[in-house]
Amino acid sequence: MKIVKTKPELCNGCGACMTACSKTRYKVEDPEKSAIRIIEKAEKPGSFDIFVCNHCGECLPVCNTEALYQAKNGAIRIDDKKCVGCYICVGFCPNNAMYVHPDINEPIKCIACGACTRVCPTGAIYMEEK
Amino acid sequence: MENVIEMKKAHRLLARMDYELGKVDKGYTNRTLYINLSDNTIKSKPVTEQMKEIFIGGRGFGLWYLWNAITEKTKWNDPENEIIISTGPIGGITQYPGAGKSLVVTLSPTTGSVIDSNVGGYFGPLLKFAGWDALEIQGKAEKDVIIYIDGNNGYVTIEEAPLEAVDSHLAAEQFTAMYADSEEDKRNVAVVSAGRGAENTLIGMLNFSFFDVKRGVPRLKQAGRGGVGTVFRDKKIKALVVKYTGVKGDTNGPADKQKIINAALKIHKEIHDLDKVQNRMREVGTAHLTEIMNDYDLLPVMNFQYGSHPDAVKLSSDIFKEKYFTQGLPDGCWYGCSMACAKAVDNFELKTGPYKGQKVCVDAAEYETIAGIGANCGIFDPEYVVEANFYCDTYGLDSISTGTLMAFIMECYERGIINKEITGGLELKFGNKEAALELIHQMGNGYGFGKIAGQGVRRMKKIFVEEYGADPDFINDIGMEVKGLECSQYVSKESLAQQGGYAMANKGPQHDEAWLIFMDMVNKQIPTFEDKAQALFYFPLFRTWFGLNGLCKLPWNDIEPADNGLTDEPAKVPEHVRNYVDIFNGVTGKNITEEELILQSERVYNFQRIFNLRMGYGTRKYDIPPYRFLGPVTKEEYESRMERYDNQLKELGYEIEGKTVEEKIRMLREYREDQYQKLCDAVYKRRGWTQDGVPTLETVKRLGIDFPDVVELISKYQ
Repeated sequence: MKIVKTKPELCNGCGACMTACSKTRYKVEDPEKSAIRIIEKAEKPGSFDIFVCNHCGECLPVCNTEALYQAKNGAIRIDDKKCVGCYICVGFCPNNAMYVHPDINEPIKCIACGACTRVCPTGAIYMEEK
Repeated sequence: MENVIEMKKAHRLLARMDYELGKVDKGYTNRTLYINLSDNTIKSKPVTEQMKEIFIGGRGFGLWYLWNAITEKTKWNDPENEIIISTGPIGGITQYPGAGKSLVVTLSPTTGSVIDSNVGGYFGPLLKFAGWDALEIQGKAEKDVIIYIDGNNGYVTIEEAPLEAVDSHLAAEQFTAMYADSEEDKRNVAVVSAGRGAENTLIGMLNFSFFDVKRGVPRLKQAGRGGVGTVFRDKKIKALVVKYTGVKGDTNGPADKQKIINAALKIHKEIHDLDKVQNRMREVGTAHLTEIMNDYDLLPVMNFQYGSHPDAVKLSSDIFKEKYFTQGLPDGCWYGCSMACAKAVDNFELKTGPYKGQKVCVDAAEYETIAGIGANCGIFDPEYVVEANFYCDTYGLDSISTGTLMAFIMECYERGIINKEITGGLELKFGNKEAALELIHQMGNGYGFGKIAGQGVRRMKKIFVEEYGADPDFINDIGMEVKGLECSQYVSKESLAQQGGYAMANKGPQHDEAWLIFMDMVNKQIPTFEDKAQALFYFPLFRTWFGLNGLCKLPWNDIEPADNGLTDEPAKVPEHVRNYVDIFNGVTGKNITEEELILQSERVYNFQRIFNLRMGYGTRKYDIPPYRFLGPVTKEEYESRMERYDNQLKELGYEIEGKTVEEKIRMLREYREDQYQKLCDAVYKRRGWTQDGVPTLETVKRLGIDFPDVVELISKYQ
């Protein structure tokens, strides 16, 4: 499967990826509802960290409800019907790549759709085999 | 399951009430469900603002309903006694660990007073989401019944249910299958059941189920203490079943979800990062305590005579992890519990009893059970512990009381107070696991010596004195109960504060009120009487609060922030206290402070103390424990810690040269009993009680619990 990969050194912090993600997933332009996050480095203004799920699967065994599952294409996804919004997986994500918004029951995480990579102007994010 | 269909067909409907579904608003549905099994009444009762303000929920609601339901003459098996189950306003949130607890309140068969027991499983939260802040059951049915609450279709039924099993591992499975629409739906059904042992003893407990979707079986959590299961079976209740489909992160109707999320993400991360280097709760649950208690000489061995044993290593958590606990499965007893301490042993083949040869999933083993039926009985065999744990659970026997009462019996047997004739041939020596298991089967099934054992330590003391000529002084020194409740599994001899934590506890010697041994004995943080009194003011109140809100104590201090040691009061885990304030405010929309949190508990705690008074207890003399709580009763105990005791006597200025062990025991006893009395003085003063241990009029006024009947009652004791 192809997942989102990153080259943070190319990121200019424009945030287009976050807008594209929230629009694709939740039909709003709201970075707080994005599964990819661009955060400026405190110690180095103008440089950015990119946080996005790499589909490592470490969250699978911590889920009490079997809401987290590996889809046929290999992506780790959430079954919204089963998810009770406990956020254990968010706290246990080794890459800090899952997010929470109070209006949304489920954690917000990447589904490897590639929408963010299509709007990145610098090539800092791109789809590549896992 | 075809037989489940047959079982359901055999049900006879006794009563049904349809109700409007409601929504949970800021942690409350604002109504409770009342059921009377004598006349099959089912009705809805409103929750008043006063109830929420003073009693909060959970244990508080239970105490208030029971107070109004009974008189001072009511006995546990009178029809007016109630069983009340309630979670609390926070109970049911899915984000913070340990937030799905239910509190069971009733009049106890063993203590004669009010008891509360805190238990996991899905029943309390699903009951609330079905529309009810509490379930209050009064009366007695004629034949075995179940109560079914359908939280999606809005009805409650009382049904005769003749065919299902009474034993919990089967009852939970049968009722879950019966009321789930599909395999997928089983997670939405929760069952409360007891077991045959709850009919045949006074130490019966209740199993609360939760469906483990990965194992595909209902798991069982226990409301263990004080005989709540015995009351349940006396009312002829076979099971309580609730079904609610649709649990989500905001089903509890929080006022400000963000506050809860902030606290939750912080603690999930802490548990992820630190549990593996702190208590390993996710790997081994509370079993890690066995080796710690053994190392600190606090593990009860052979009826609390000793605090450690060379063979205790055979019961260590690594053995359970390697040989028994299935790893990597979700062991939280409610959603969101990242601490996940509820370990299970899968495919365990039973070697004894009615289910011999069957392979079962055992909810085992927790520290209290390992220490109680294991070390305290001088048995250091994990295979036996899992087997005995299974039968205690499915029979509905409290494994803490079972452990403590078997240990008492074994000491009496070894000291010749009872013999083979009395035990019906059972050689109940320390370490005899076959005899211990046989005694559990006898208690469960109500025959032989099990009929005597199942009455608990307090009644056995009387029987051994009156019928078998035991020396009453000695029996009272070694029978480890206070107020009629068997002691839980820690040796308190060397910690004065813990002696108070146990013996002054409202329900009897259970560690959920105060566990001060490390603060007191190991870290020496509370040296003076005033320090100890302050600890015995704060911690029992802080811990009471969990039971008002549907919370578990463990995520409070079984995980600590990395910098907790640098705080002013590490024993309080200040950051977690702030989390609790935040989630309470996040759920209810109120704006309490840390001080008000304690005040909430203080109201209920004092009310429970007064409840004890109303039932004929609740004064100083009921806070005095058997001497073994305080110090060495026998020569062997003294000798096991000779250096410690000799040094203590010397430091106190006693002349011990040339004195016999018996003389030194007497000196130490005189000193320690006096210390304990002084501790009572200091604690009562700090709590705003008279020197007889009764809350003063001023205290009840300050707390706003000066109801006319409360004032009338305590006025006699001022």
